[in-house]
Amino acid sequence: MAHAQTLTEADEIRFHTTEEHHPENGTLLGFWIYLMSDCLIFAVLFACYAVLGRNYAAGPSGADLFDLPIVAVNTALLLFSSITYGFAMISAQAKKVKPTLAWLAVTGLLGLGFLSLELYEFNHLIHEGAGPQRSAFLSSFFVLVGTHGLHVTFGTIWLVTLMVQVAKRGLGVEMKRRLMCLSMFWHFLDVIWIGVFSFVYLLGVLK
Amino acid sequence: MSAASHDAHHAHDDHEHGEGGAHGTLKDYVIGFVLAVILTAIPFWLVMADVLPSHQMTAVAVMGLAAIQVIVHMIYFLHMNSRSEGGWTMLALVFTLIIVVITLAGSMWVMHNLDTHMMAPAPHEMREVP
Repeated sequence: MAHAQTLTEADEIRFHTTEEHHPENGTLLGFWIYLMSDCLIFAVLFACYAVLGRNYAAGPSGADLFDLPIVAVNTALLLFSSITYGFAMISAQAKKVKPTLAWLAVTGLLGLGFLSLELYEFNHLIHEGAGPQRSAFLSSFFVLVGTHGLHVTFGTIWLVTLMVQVAKRGLGVEMKRRLMCLSMFWHFLDVIWIGVFSFVYLLGVLK
Repeated sequence: MSAASHDAHHAHDDHEHGEGGAHGTLKDYVIGFVLAVILTAIPFWLVMADVLPSHQMTAVAVMGLAAIQVIVHMIYFLHMNSRSEGGWTMLALVFTLIIVVITLAGSMWVMHNLDTHMMAPAPHEMREVP
């Protein structure tokens, strides 16, 4: 009789705690679904570039414009920022505030490096007369790469916000959840960049 | 019965520790990073050193390597697996991929078809292109 009693109690406890943890899973799943919708935005922009990417309007083509060494450096910056964010997450799991902040700062600096190189490239293109209004190819190029750059910009702002929060409040459960969301966002941007450097830059230089 | 209950409780402990999200270990990140560096370096080398005999082959290789790198990032950086969130993240991903493939393939197919069925512009029209 007493044995049966403990069993039901155990069941009740299990049921209760499962319910309590549900919202946490909800945040990450919800954020994942947001990322998937973001993925659709990029799919449409990639499709747009795939259709318009060869309409040069007698203007410059990708082979004339793209500077592959700069793209390679940009790719390296983003890839390094991905692994430094990974190190930040590992430090956060171990509840070490200072290493977490340090790795987040490194990630942010790499993100800023990526953005400044991209802005330099855009500026250079526009000064050469290859701005977004020059041809359908350049319009779709600026929209696709610019949208990715905007995402990185907002990711960097988000990262600074989280650094301030981690410094003030430490690494509680909710802070780890926020870091996890930004982690997904940041790695997702790196995945999109694979498509950009392969499809836009490398194939653009080939044509 | 008691053992089953204990197992369930133990599984719950693991779940609580994981806090809903999958976490990578240092090893995961390092493996992912090394693979990503290799999969990035090869396409840049193929294009910059012009290794393969035809541009078409290079294009296929670049896109193939990109697809592999996306999968590497998904597994080692985003920690995708079929079990996280009870399989819902994987379901959302598969659904998104289907839509992405329809969007990309459909747009390219339809627009290419339109292009080939359009009359080629006359030489004087070509000259007036801005």
